[in-house]
Amino acid sequence: MKEKFFQKSLIEDLLDEQNKHPQKYLPPKTLKKIAKKHKRPIPQVYSVASFYPRLSLKPRAKYIIRVCENLACHMEGAEKVIEAIKEFLNIDFGETTKDGLFYLEKSSCLGLCSLAPVILINDDIHGNLTPEKVKEILKNYIEKEKSSKN
Amino acid sequence: MIDFKVIGTPILLRNIKKIDPESIEAYIETGGYEALKKALKKSPDELLEEVKKSELRGRGGAGFPTGIKFEIAKNQKETPKFVVVNAEEGEPGTFKDRIILENDPHLVIEGAILAAYIIGANYGYIAIRPDYTLAIKRLEKAIQDAYKYGFLGDNILGSNFSFHLKIKRGAGAYICGEETALLEMIEGKRGEPRKKPPFPPQKGLYGKPTVVNNVETLANLPFIIYYGSEEFKKYGVEGSYGTKLFCMSGDVSWKGIIEIPFGVKLSEIISLAGGVKGGKLKAVILGGVSGSLVKYDEVDIEVDYHSLGRIQAGPGCGTIIVLNDKRDIVDVCENIMRFFKDESCGKCFPCRLGTEASYRIIKKIKEKKANLHDLFNLERICKTMKNASFCGLGQTAPNIILQSLQKFKDEWLSHIS
Ligand SMILES: Cc1cc2nc3c(=O)[nH]c(=O)nc-3n(C[C@H](O)[C@H](O)[C@H](O)COP(=O)(O)O)c2cc1C
Ligand code: SF4
Repeated sequence: MKEKFFQKSLIEDLLDEQNKHPQKYLPPKTLKKIAKKHKRPIPQVYSVASFYPRLSLKPRAKYIIRVCENLACHMEGAEKVIEAIKEFLNIDFGETTKDGLFYLEKSSCLGLCSLAPVILINDDIHGNLTPEKVKEILKNYIEKEKSSKN
Repeated sequence: MIDFKVIGTPILLRNIKKIDPESIEAYIETGGYEALKKALKKSPDELLEEVKKSELRGRGGAGFPTGIKFEIAKNQKETPKFVVVNAEEGEPGTFKDRIILENDPHLVIEGAILAAYIIGANYGYIAIRPDYTLAIKRLEKAIQDAYKYGFLGDNILGSNFSFHLKIKRGAGAYICGEETALLEMIEGKRGEPRKKPPFPPQKGLYGKPTVVNNVETLANLPFIIYYGSEEFKKYGVEGSYGTKLFCMSGDVSWKGIIEIPFGVKLSEIISLAGGVKGGKLKAVILGGVSGSLVKYDEVDIEVDYHSLGRIQAGPGCGTIIVLNDKRDIVDVCENIMRFFKDESCGKCFPCRLGTEASYRIIKKIKEKKANLHDLFNLERICKTMKNASFCGLGQTAPNIILQSLQKFKDEWLSHIS
């Protein structure tokens, strides 16, 4: 029992492998590898991976922008912030920017409602947003990327 | 980042922003792990009596008596037994478990060890959503330190009681907060709810007796065990003892967490949060979007199970979303049903189809394209969901819609052509 208890669960392995991938997703060969490790049939691992919103079977991007539109964020104008992100990056939900830097997805409540409207970029919290503020934040990410390449 | 206030003396937030959450020594200095030391000198039976006498009720939403849950698990013959800390926190408007875990992780760990000692569990998981990264980091350090000090592991503090505790990250789905879906997730499966009975204290994780408790519930145990149930019952009112955390958001001037003893008036809590912002009070969404709708003329009510029960409301998980009089109730309901439509796991018909169908009708009503027949249909679908859904998600998804159809009927009708 003790040994089994301390093992990483299938879901944790999927999360960690996904994080290692530059496009933050689970390609078929990763699913195969994990299925083998956990001695589970591949379709079963696929079925589990497809259930969870935080796991992705399609390529995403370096930065995943997760936006909340639930009541507390909605009431503070989340839709306008999201529109600004879509317009600024020229992507819709479920899409990656041409440079492969950003991917936009809806999220259920982020548990940060006192900072509404709020988004996560990977694991970083950005709260009390306005359309202007969110554009500044995205610009900073883009600047940072550019300077790290030079 | 998340601000907090208290009415009276806090039980749960007593250390918050006062001690370094990454230092076990700081926790010990304030009397931390003394409850565990005291507990190990007593029998699990004695402690169970104390928890039962405290009348502690679950803070995750359902308000089930914690002592009775422990007793069922304790009486099971099968081993090993498990303790699962439910730190999935997904109800929109809720962020109280986050503040406890980030600021006082040892309080929850000590609570989990006490629960384990009472029911005779040797293993425990803290099942937490993966984006609570700061909480995970602090819990990891706290667990390591607790092992070093001998509060976790084999033969805790020289006794013959052993308990191992580990963090288990999920992958973000609201339904995984439901206790049996949570167990499925820990087992590495799709997070779909199981049939109940058997209940988790009878057959839980890997089919073994398991208590699943909310973070806030367990955070009460060190106080109850150390000071005793009598001291605990000095907080709150009959039938609802202790304190409760409330998460303030929506149209209030101040947002954050408030700890109150049960029995404080809802209007008083709103006042402490600086009052309504941007207009007059219209209603309060109490206990999350699966909770209840309290109308402006009902807020002068004590927040406890009994008083709130009179208006078909409850404290739920402790969420207060304030709506001012400029908010459109149909827009609020549309947002709520969209959430449930997105989060329905799809296992059963009433919820999978019901959330989708009712969302579409509400949208149509909002766009002023609906007739009276649509409104009747909405009510019928909501009632079916409530009565026939497989789990709590589908059963509670229509709560606010149904209550608003009663309490704000004219407003719904004004959208009908
Ligand atoms: C759809 C759904 C979501 C839930 N989400 C949570 C949650 O995020 N956290 C939690 O503690 N309980 C949640 N619950 C309640 C749990 O099923 C369970 O009642 C609770 O963890 C028991 O602990 P308690 O007795 O300490 O409250 C949820 C229930 C349902 C039906
Ligand atoms: S009620 Fe909804 S969430 Fe619960 S089992 Fe049915 S479909 Fe899944």
